[in-house]
Amino acid sequence: MHEMAIAEGILDIALDYAARNQAQKIQCISLRLGEMSGVETDALQFCFAALTKGTIAETAELKLHKIPLVGHCKECGKDTHIKHYNFLCPNCGSGQLEILSGREMQVEYLEVD
Amino acid sequence: MEIQVMEDILGKNDRLAAENQMLFAKQGIFVLNLMGSPGSGKTSLLEKTMAALKDDLRMAVIEGDLFTSKDADRIAKYGVPVIQINTSGGCHLDAAMVQKVLKELDLENLDLLIVENVGNLVCPAEFNVGEDAKAVVLSITEGDDKPLKYPLIFKESAIAVLNKVDLLPYTNFDMNAAKKDITSIHPGISVLEVACCHDTGLALWYDWLKGKVAAKKMAVNAHEHA
Repeated sequence: MHEMAIAEGILDIALDYAARNQAQKIQCISLRLGEMSGVETDALQFCFAALTKGTIAETAELKLHKIPLVGHCKECGKDTHIKHYNFLCPNCGSGQLEILSGREMQVEYLEVD
Repeated sequence: MEIQVMEDILGKNDRLAAENQMLFAKQGIFVLNLMGSPGSGKTSLLEKTMAALKDDLRMAVIEGDLFTSKDADRIAKYGVPVIQINTSGGCHLDAAMVQKVLKELDLENLDLLIVENVGNLVCPAEFNVGEDAKAVVLSITEGDDKPLKYPLIFKESAIAVLNKVDLLPYTNFDMNAAKKDITSIHPGISVLEVACCHDTGLALWYDWLKGKVAAKKMAVNAHEHA
């Protein structure tokens, strides 16, 4: 259940950016979550709702922008969508797949009033 | 109004981890983040390691545990400095928790620091504490399906220690399938088969650790003379 720590991280960032922009209310927080970020999204929503009580993010919606797990093969140069966490290149079989995306865990943008 | 952010949610932890890492690098200490399920044998592996290497390396251990000091008590018997962090229910150690206790260690006289994380195959893999490498202990009684169920911890670990191989005849654990899954998740990962209780396969583990410690010392010396 590290979703509580992740929810805390999201709220800290959101409140910080909201304050810097003199926002009164946070309507929406968009997240970039990689396919391999290991976030259980139901648990995250639950933790976030519990944490935001009494803050300007209390009614904020969490928008989840899922990012596919994509690797670049340093051997044959092909980019590929990594399936079943198999990091052997489906094209040439090498173990030289470099992760291009799919590990993200970021706050992308806020919508505020 | 829309506000662009693009910040890493765990950025604060990553910044503190980088601070820890700089401190360890300055002293040439190799730091290992030891992870695995409850009961996989992390502390048993540490006990064997302390007994085998205490004359060769200056070691210390940070023990993460929800509530007790049971593991720290086991390590203290070997005369190695050990610090207990109780997470009070928290499922993983983070960089701030480790940073807070570092002043209790004599970092100037240390070669190897092992941080035993809270028993868990999920969360510890997401939170760097400033380590040079992560290791995962998987006991074969947990089942050969675990690497694909918890891929991140195997992806993040430099070495996977498959413990309790003495019990293989009594389980349906398929060693070849497990190794194939682990190395497809992380091509290049070291995989060791050990049985801590019977001292089986541990020499390779000690060699791996000693090699890492020596490499860290060399990197620091090279940097100082550059």
